[in-house]
Amino acid sequence: MTCKNHNCQCGGSAGQEFAELAPVLDQYAKVPGSLITILQKAQDIYGYLSIDAINYISERTGIKAAKIYGVATFYAQFRLQPIGKYLIMLCKGTACHVNGADMIEEAVTEHLNIKDGETTEDGVFTLNNVACLGCCSLAPVMMVKSADGDETYGNLTKDRVKAILDEIRAREA
Amino acid sequence: MKVVIGQGSCGIATGAKKTSDAFERLVAEKKLKDVVVDKTGCIGTCYLEPIVDVYSDDGTLETRYVKVQPDKVERIVEEHLIGKKPVAEYAVAPEDEAFLAQQQRVVLRNCGVINPERIDEYIAVGGYEGLKKVVTSMTQDEVIDVIKTAGLRGRGGAGFPTWFKWNAAKQNKGTEKYMVCNADEGDPGAFMDRSVLEGDPHSLIEGMAIGGFAMGATEGVIYVRAEYPLAIARLEIAMAQARERGFLGKNLFGTDFSFDLRIKAGAGAFVCGEETALIASLEGERGMPRLKPPFPAEKGYWQKPTNINNVETFANVPWIITNGGEAFAAMGSEKSNGTKVFALAGKIKKGGLAEVPMGMTIREVIYGIGGGIKNDKAFKAVQMGGPSGGCIPADLADTPVTYEDISTTGAIVGSGGMIVMDETTCMVDMARYFLDFTKKESCGKCNYCRIGTKRMLEILERITKGEGRDGDIELLEELAMKIKDGAMCGLGQTAPNPVLTTLKYFRNEYEDHIYNHKCTAKSCKALFHFEITDKCVGCTKCARNCPVEAITGAVKKQHTIDQTKCIKCGKCEENCNFGAIVRE
Repeated sequence: MTCKNHNCQCGGSAGQEFAELAPVLDQYAKVPGSLITILQKAQDIYGYLSIDAINYISERTGIKAAKIYGVATFYAQFRLQPIGKYLIMLCKGTACHVNGADMIEEAVTEHLNIKDGETTEDGVFTLNNVACLGCCSLAPVMMVKSADGDETYGNLTKDRVKAILDEIRAREA
Repeated sequence: MKVVIGQGSCGIATGAKKTSDAFERLVAEKKLKDVVVDKTGCIGTCYLEPIVDVYSDDGTLETRYVKVQPDKVERIVEEHLIGKKPVAEYAVAPEDEAFLAQQQRVVLRNCGVINPERIDEYIAVGGYEGLKKVVTSMTQDEVIDVIKTAGLRGRGGAGFPTWFKWNAAKQNKGTEKYMVCNADEGDPGAFMDRSVLEGDPHSLIEGMAIGGFAMGATEGVIYVRAEYPLAIARLEIAMAQARERGFLGKNLFGTDFSFDLRIKAGAGAFVCGEETALIASLEGERGMPRLKPPFPAEKGYWQKPTNINNVETFANVPWIITNGGEAFAAMGSEKSNGTKVFALAGKIKKGGLAEVPMGMTIREVIYGIGGGIKNDKAFKAVQMGGPSGGCIPADLADTPVTYEDISTTGAIVGSGGMIVMDETTCMVDMARYFLDFTKKESCGKCNYCRIGTKRMLEILERITKGEGRDGDIELLEELAMKIKDGAMCGLGQTAPNPVLTTLKYFRNEYEDHIYNHKCTAKSCKALFHFEITDKCVGCTKCARNCPVEAITGAVKKQHTIDQTKCIKCGKCEENCNFGAIVRE
């Protein structure tokens, strides 16, 4: 199958590369209003939205790649870069802010040497600040997402957050 | 016997899943055949999680255990489940029972009581009776009349009468109409919708179906934020069960009325709480608001008549239908009927969800239910309504919580987040925090909102850094008014509220920052420094923990901080056991 998208850099290989995404598009490509759902599923599969994936979705749905890019960059959930194995979603909601979320962010930044949106060199952690996880009475809170599921940690302190990160890292070593 | 472990997101965050696993393992090991281990949603007393309820065979609650970490499980199993003698020291304290006793639960009636993943438990407490009554014995107008009598107003923030919206959507005749639930609880600091979604999803489904019947919609969509994975999972289970029992799908209760639901996961944009932006997002577009009119009741989702209500509003509906509009109207104040769920968080002793009749005062909620301020510090202000709301100072704490009374303060009831602040919270920094939020969340459609919030944020940042200038306050006020006038949607129109209310009640703090280079709350790093008082016993702990070696002093002698080296990281303050390190 050759790629019909003229701007695509895939060299016509788009169809084969996205074997896991193809069934999603079989289901949703022609259902109006499904773009966000498709992007969410694509991100679930690949961890992020690559330019190739966007081009492939464009080709299958007929929606212009620029528009898909526009939607993908509008919403906080979508990432255009790969992420680490563990995604730290650090809550910066009001309750967490009042209870010292900035200190927790500082601790993560110091300990892992990454800032909001960055990934550690070994590809284990990515730090993302998020608006609110809805566990406000346990503030400050973070959620760590990985292939094994989500784990939420509440009532964090600088020391606790470091211990949690060390424990995960030890598991990885 | 039945052991029920509260497993909402917050319960799980404190380890409820591990507690539940421990119970299951021990019950299996000890071969306790008459003990069932089950789960429920969030009961609202988040500060006591994980919570374990032990019920006797006839269904009465024997003991409520709190803060049950896995290490406490064995004793409960041995002494209570086997020995039949409750472990008194793990049980809930009487003063904590007051947290629940003072509430009046309509929306949260089933949260923390039933297993949200089993429809039979919902049916056993009268679930789907309201839907049955509506579909089999009432007309559309009769349903709308009941909601009108009840005086139910939108719980998402604006407080618009629900019956009016339903009626407007009903009057637009068309083949297709949509009933949409806004479960994109984006207001940071509010989590009552999450609690209902996780703890009682069937009440939302039933409420939507009733509303669908009233307006003549056959399809419903629930727009849930992607940050709530557990809520989505439980909703999916509930919808499948409802379909199986014939509460969703074709020809409900053998009538002509058909109604079905689907979930659409949001992708993280606060502006999607605005109804036209939500519709754009449902259609797969960027969530940018559209001009009104036409209102969604006329032209909404796919240009069809659409009604949008939030989760809490829908969860009230089955109760109103079953108990009557008058019973609902009897609760609350004259114009704000019924109850409202508040999310108590921030510097409060007992954080969690509290559902109270409208009209209770802020003080009653914070002190009566929430137990007052953490560490007995001074109560300074409460933030209500999130980024669209404002800060209400302590001296207005006797304001009744109704839509009308709260708006006179400059704040709004909003979705019901109450973030409590004490003397250590800087109000300028709070305003900066909210503007940072709205600046990031502005969709960019209107210039005033897109650029104005950025400019306001820059000014607030410079004030909190100690670089405030003469005229900054006036400039903030001018920008605030222009953004209010120049923005199209609610996000922009209300974005300046946190600044305006803090300026109204805490102008002195702004002035202190700008003219006296002083942060009243001693929280802005640029405007205070650490000092060691004579309480210091010379234990050297601070010096050992200082990352920049700014602290010197001999053993058993008072230490000193070299201010030129200090980076104000606060490690010394954290580590001092004698309270000898103070902010000046």
